Formats: sequence, C-alpha cells, structure tokens
Amino acid sequence: MIDLKDIRKAFDGREVLKGITTSMEPGKTNLIIGASGSGKSVMMKCMVGLLRPDSGSIHYDGRDFLGLQHKELREIRREIGMLFQGSALFDSSTVQENIEFPLKMFTKMTPAERLDRVNFCLEQVHMEGINSKFPAEISGGMKKRVGIARAIAMDIKYLFCDEPNSGLDPVTSRVIDELLMEITQEFQVTTIINTHDMKTVFDIGDKIVFIYEGQKWWEGKKEEVRQSGNPELQAFINASYFG
Amino acid sequence: MHFFQHFGRYILFLKGMFSRPEKFKVYMDRTLLEMNNIGIGSLGIVAIIAIFQGAVTTLQIAYQLISPLVENPVIGSIVSDSSMLELAPTITCLVLAGKVGSHIASEIGTMRVTEQIDALEIMGINSAGFIALPKIVAGVVMIPMLIVISIFLSNVGGVIAGEASGILTPDEYLQGARGSFLAYNLFFSLIKAFTYAFIITSVACFQGYYTSGGALEVGTSSTRAVVYSAVLILFADYVLTQLLL
Ligand SMILES: Nc1ncnc2c1ncn2[C@@H]1O[C@H](COP(=O)(O)OP(=O)(O)OP(=O)(O)O)[C@@H](O)[C@H]1O
Ligand SMILES: [Mg+2]
Repeated sequence: MIDLKDIRKAFDGREVLKGITTSMEPGKTNLIIGASGSGKSVMMKCMVGLLRPDSGSIHYDGRDFLGLQHKELREIRREIGMLFQGSALFDSSTVQENIEFPLKMFTKMTPAERLDRVNFCLEQVHMEGINSKFPAEISGGMKKRVGIARAIAMDIKYLFCDEPNSGLDPVTSRVIDELLMEITQEFQVTTIINTHDMKTVFDIGDKIVFIYEGQKWWEGKKEEVRQSGNPELQAFINASYFG
Repeated sequence: MHFFQHFGRYILFLKGMFSRPEKFKVYMDRTLLEMNNIGIGSLGIVAIIAIFQGAVTTLQIAYQLISPLVENPVIGSIVSDSSMLELAPTITCLVLAGKVGSHIASEIGTMRVTEQIDALEIMGINSAGFIALPKIVAGVVMIPMLIVISIFLSNVGGVIAGEASGILTPDEYLQGARGSFLAYNLFFSLIKAFTYAFIITSVACFQGYYTSGGALEVGTSSTRAVVYSAVLILFADYVLTQLLL
C-alpha cells in the first residue's frame, strides 16, 4: 500500500499538484487517469522520488518515503520498478545487458544466475531469444516489453508505468495491458499506471484515481466509474469514446 | 541563467559525483571502455594535427628568422619548445573539446531526454557519478597521453618539413631540440594537458546532464559544451602560463 497525503508541487510558482491525498492498493492495478497536463506524470515522479513534493507525505507500507535516510531509501528503491513512457532502455547496451543491469549493480549473482533471471523475465513478457539485440533494433512494442522485463528483474513490490500504451497500436496496447495485469497478479505487486486510454481502464483497472487540474477529483472501483455522477469524469470518459 | 548560479551547479554536480559509489568493478569496466573511446578513438586526429602543426611551425620560424646570424639548430629548438609548451597541448585540446566534448554532451543529453538517467535514479544509482565519473577519469588519464604523442609527432613533422624544404637537416633540428629540452617544460605541458582534459570532460558531462527538452536541446548542450570548454581552456592556458613559467 502506498499512501499519499496532501501532496503539493509547484513549478515556478505555478501549482501543478494541489494537495493530493489517495492510496494505491496492494496487489492491484491502480490507474491514474486525467487529461493531458492534469499532473499525472508529476504525481508519479513524486511517488518514485524523481521529484520532491513541496509538502505532504508518502508512505510505502508505513515507511515514510520522504523522510528516509540513504540506506533505507535504497532498500525501497530496490522494491520499485518503473516502465517509462519511451521505455528508457540504455541504448548502448543489449537487451540482455539492460535487464541484467540492476542485478549486476545490486546482487551477488553469478553470470549464469543472471542469465537465468534475464531469460525468466523475458519469458514473462513473451520475448524469449532477443537477448543480444540492441534497443535500436527492436520495435516500440518490444521495447516496452523489455522495459517491463527490466523493471521486474529485481524482486519488486511496486511497479510504476507512465503511459504504457502511448505510441502503440491498439492491438499491441492490449498485449501490454494484459502483460501488466498478469505480472500484477502473478507476483502480487502494487501496480500504478498513468493512462488516458479508457480501454485500459475498463480492461485491467482495479482502482481508478481521476486527476483534474492537479486535484484528485474522484476515486473508486472500475465498476463505479460509469455511475460516478461526477460531471468532469463523465465528460472525460465520453470524450475518450466519441472524440 | 546567472553565471554564478551556473557555476554553483557545476560545483555541486562535481561534488555529487563522488558520493555513494556503487560497485567498483562496474565503474572500472566503464572507465576502460571510455579510455578506449577517448584515447584510441582520438589518436588519428591528434596525429594529423601534430604532424602538420610541427611542419608549419618549422616553415614559419625559418621564414621569420631569415638571417645569416641565426644558426639552423635554433629553428629546431624554437619549434620543439613552442610545440611542447603551447601548441601541442592547446591546439590538440581545442580540437578534442570539439570531438570528445560534443560527443560526451550529446550522449549524456540524449540519456537525459530519453529518461535513461531517470531510469538509473529509480534503481537507486547515483546517476551523475555513474555516467560522468568514468568519462572524466578516462579523459584525465588518456588526454595527457595523447599530448605526449602529439609532442613527439610535432617534432617528427618539423624534421620532415625541414628536410623536405631544404631549410635544415634532421641532425640540425634534433641538435637544436635536444639542446633546449628541459624536463620542466614537459612537466608544464602535462599540467596543462591534465587541466584541459578535466575541463573538456567535466564541462561536457555537466552540459549533457542538465539538458532538458528534446533533440534540439541536446544539440544546444553539445554546442555549449564545446564553446564553454574552448573558452575555459584558453583562459586556463593564460593563467597556467602566468603562474608556472
Ligand atoms: N519539470 C517541470 N518544470 C515545469 N513544469 C512542469 C515540469 N513537469 C511538468 N510540468 C508542468 O506540470 C503540468 C502537468 O504535467 P504532467 O506531465 O504531469 O501532465 P500529465 O497529466 O502527465 O499529461 P500527459 O497526459 O500529457 O502526460 C504541465 O502543465 C507541465 O507543463
Ligand atoms: Mg504524462
């Protein structure tokens, strides 16, 4: 469980997050939705520590993320995996080296053990046998999958995905969605996904958090989304389907 | 941004590199890789510059010193001294600022705008140190070696040009060069090389690391890296010459 309390963040005096309080359910897919510029990415960056909120608190299973010392912070970092919007694979390294990178840095695994782990992760994303390819040699959808494989290389507890479907065709988008759900269920991770793809919401969403102009405008279960009675959320959903 | 703000950030960037070192072996591997990129990768251009610089200086000194009172070996001593003291380190490093500096800045800048640096940070890796330290260490080790090679080759160029134009014989050149050789001059030249190497690599790393935006900004960072380090090299050249000669 990740608890956010009154998170605020401003850039050059302009408040982008205006006091967000919510929580991410353990072992579930938590979807953050909202229009472009509403602050989803900033919120995610605050959660993973790439940005520091101006005020508020973030607790990872009771551990105060913003108040931790280096050592404990490092421990939580090991439990976090992230899939970036552009995959962010290291482009001078092969797929194999990309996935084994965190293992090399943080574990005492032997090369053989690492290879096993890399192959296991590639299997999870249905991408066996591309170990020696470079990122430039594989398609956008494959990059996302390798990005997921790298994110789960360590035994993670929290998986963050920033717009996992952006730039992908509808079919590949569904494949990625399914992968994310499989991984969430199989490894019991807390998955947090930023998206404006309503299909994703209805296919794999457990908990939905709707961000509107830097505020948490609505939250609830997927089943409740349609009957939310929240005009902005309704407009957002309708626009996605008929726009 | 204000100059002092920039400078402060640069100092903090350098300081931040040294905290929290991760696995030593991974750093070592990366450093060796960078040494190969920077050192071996620049050998060709350094050799060409050095030979021509030595050759041209020889012809020019001979032209300026046309007089029956000047003995031929004097030309050799002037060429070898000015190559060692100023031309080899400074000209070579100005070119390396363009070659190595722009490469480093655009590589790191691209990592920044494609979120690869964020990916390192998420894993809990000190990204500044991980990316920049191996490049700076590699530069500071390899560039002085390139300068030594450059000094040697500029004398080779001088000998060739002297012989080819009939101005002085190789023996006369070497006699002059040997006669004026001072170990201190070589030491001074290496001090310059170390300083320039640090300027080139650290400025490029800094510019690349603080890129924000997209492909266009990566280009801007790379240009900045070259311009700033060239200016800093010339400034350092003046200061070091004033202090040490
Ligand atoms: N580093 C930054 N500096 C200044 N402003 C920023 C920064 N990052 C984000 N912003 C601003 O914060 C606002 C929210 O941005 P954010 O990227 O979180 O939107 P988003 O909801 O993720 O949108 P999208 O769906 O398009 O990705 C935007 O107006 C953006 O300009
Ligand atoms: Mg976003």
